[in-house]
Amino acid sequence: MAIITYREALNQALREEMARDDRVFLMGEEVAQYNGAYKVSKGLLDQFGEMRVVDTPITELGFAGVGVGAAMVGLRPVIEFMTWNFALLAIDQIVNAAAKMLYMSGGQYNVPMVFRGPNGAALQLSAQHSQAFESWLAHIPGIKVVTPGTPYDAKGLLKAAIRDDNPVIVLEGEMLYNTKGEVPEDDYIIPIGKADLKREGEHCSIITNGKMVLVAMNAADQLAKEGIRVDVVDLRTVRPMDIEAITASVRKTNRAVVLEEGWELAGIGAQVVDYIQRDCFDHLDAPIIRVHQVDVPMPYAKALERSAKPDLAKTIAAVKKVMYVD
Amino acid sequence: MSTKVYMEALSPTMEEGRLVKWLKAEGDTVKSGDVLAEVETDKAVMELVARGEGIMRKHLIPEGATAPVTSLVGIIAAADEDISALIGGAAVPAAAAPVAAVAPVAPVAPVAAAPVAAVAPVAVAPTPAAPAAPAVDGGRVRTSPLARRIADEQGVNLSGVQGSGPGGRIVKRDIEAAVTSGSANLVAAHAPSATPAPTPRRVAGGPEFRDEPLTQIRKTIARRLAESIGPIPTFYLTAEFDLSRASEMRTAAAELGDAFKVSFNDIILKATATALQQHPEVNAHWLGDKIRYFDTVHLGMAVATDDGLIVPVIFNAEQKRMSEISAEAKALAKRARERKLKPEEFTGSTFSVSNLGMMQIDQFTAIINPPEVGILAIGAIEDKVVVGADGGFEVKKKLRVTMSCDHRVIDGAVGAKFLQTLRRLIENPLLMVF
Repeated sequence: MAIITYREALNQALREEMARDDRVFLMGEEVAQYNGAYKVSKGLLDQFGEMRVVDTPITELGFAGVGVGAAMVGLRPVIEFMTWNFALLAIDQIVNAAAKMLYMSGGQYNVPMVFRGPNGAALQLSAQHSQAFESWLAHIPGIKVVTPGTPYDAKGLLKAAIRDDNPVIVLEGEMLYNTKGEVPEDDYIIPIGKADLKREGEHCSIITNGKMVLVAMNAADQLAKEGIRVDVVDLRTVRPMDIEAITASVRKTNRAVVLEEGWELAGIGAQVVDYIQRDCFDHLDAPIIRVHQVDVPMPYAKALERSAKPDLAKTIAAVKKVMYVD
Repeated sequence: MSTKVYMEALSPTMEEGRLVKWLKAEGDTVKSGDVLAEVETDKAVMELVARGEGIMRKHLIPEGATAPVTSLVGIIAAADEDISALIGGAAVPAAAAPVAAVAPVAPVAPVAAAPVAAVAPVAVAPTPAAPAAPAVDGGRVRTSPLARRIADEQGVNLSGVQGSGPGGRIVKRDIEAAVTSGSANLVAAHAPSATPAPTPRRVAGGPEFRDEPLTQIRKTIARRLAESIGPIPTFYLTAEFDLSRASEMRTAAAELGDAFKVSFNDIILKATATALQQHPEVNAHWLGDKIRYFDTVHLGMAVATDDGLIVPVIFNAEQKRMSEISAEAKALAKRARERKLKPEEFTGSTFSVSNLGMMQIDQFTAIINPPEVGILAIGAIEDKVVVGADGGFEVKKKLRVTMSCDHRVIDGAVGAKFLQTLRRLIENPLLMVF
């Protein structure tokens, strides 16, 4: 199997789906002439032409709305946001148009489209450009939210998102684009709403998603050296969430650490903890601990940024705490 | 999936309950939340609701029988489920179980404590004293839910297990260690015993007396009041108030219409609430290692019912107008006599008033309702001849009030100052509007 980057995996997904279905088109800032701000759309303009790979002005609300309209009349747009921080300007089209159109039209108009782009913090991009929006978006009924953490998942989930008949949010990661992994060259999709048990252990479950999957895997490696073997449950999709995968793991290990990139209050982890307490109460041997960004706007200073982010050390400490070994 | 039906703590001070009536017969279909039975607690008749669904397979105690809180009283399960293990393994003798063995709570049960789930189901059966110091938190063993479930399944008595988690929490490994080492204190299995029906009967030709089993409320009264008079160093302060102006005010107000009719008791309640606000040093709870002073007045008012004494509470009484206090006192007394008070309506008082004036009692001493530290006993109002300002004789309406004080909190002079304030208010009721 070929080892490629997350960026290339997304590029393959777009290329394959655009070749497979001529209703699929890509639109966003710098996606065509410049091959994408992060080069995800490299070569697509040459292959598919300017009718299907469309550069837009800096008008997030406008091109998101054009996308919703195109989807309503039968196309399958993929809208790229240069980052999800910029997508705040388009949030009305995402929340009030895309997510609600099927419901409010009484089932007459579905909106088969994808909103995608990098989410969460990279390095020293400061408060306005370092935000993880999983919980904001997952809050809204009517959209699906996927958060691939590996190249394999990126390709499979983006392809599934493009084929889905509903609006799907794909949250990628700037720091993930260069990560490498095995990706099949043939056609495959990863079903939306299915978590993936990325590591099997019996002592504790780390439940996580997106970029934090890498942190969890590193933590699992470190902990294994001390004889602590953990399950790493990668949610992959945060809406709808795979409750069964979460509870099956916690029933086995009796302990859970929930790791996410965003802030604590009303975060994805809060919902995970709720499912666990509801369905696994009698299986818990310790309180569940959450690891998340510190409750502040992301600092610019390197040391402060590091201490604000959820990381390997915090995750290991949390696992040891629920294991009663700290 | 079976659901065990336990005798639940349906009032904050309940330690056992009498099953008045099964509302779901054996064989009935049960949904979660359905009312299974009526249970007489120490204060009221309450509803025992289903915590699961299925068929009401088995009643483990008959109607009329009494069972300690957290003991197993029934089984809900699927129609074809084998429940023999549940019945044989966990039931507790109903009427015969000694109360003291069941709930090892502190001598003075704080009124606001003991939520329903506070006592562990596995800790129910009477067991010998625990061999090691368990992780007990106010009568509650601290365990992880998993440890509790495993202990339940394996019949391990949690009170004998040493917890190794934070704060002594018993976790899975502690149960496993106890089982492996053989040190586990196993819960003894009891078969459900037949329960004698407690209905009293007068025997023809027999002696001129009848034995009446204690009702829950009578048992509670006995226990709580004995607790009070024993450990509380009580002293009493009596004062006689002149009610002339209060009487004038009451008459004048009544002439304004029915909406302004209040009783002397209402005036006393209002004055007491106002005085307490000015004297937080008597508006307090004795909590053993600390004294809690309240900024607000939750005024308990003793009400005699056919079953016995109960003390409903006028909350935030210091903020209420006399007409509001009057209406609330009337409504609470009515609901008390109908046994319709909810537990939250008769818990949480910070100070109490007991009035036997309408029974022509001149003066009396009331027993403090712990953890409160004071109670007022109100006697009858009567016309008395007194020496007037000019040396002649006058007839005045007089009222005797006796305050019982917990000397651990209230010293003599402190109690006296409170009564001075109360006198000023009752003798000059106009002050209550300033």
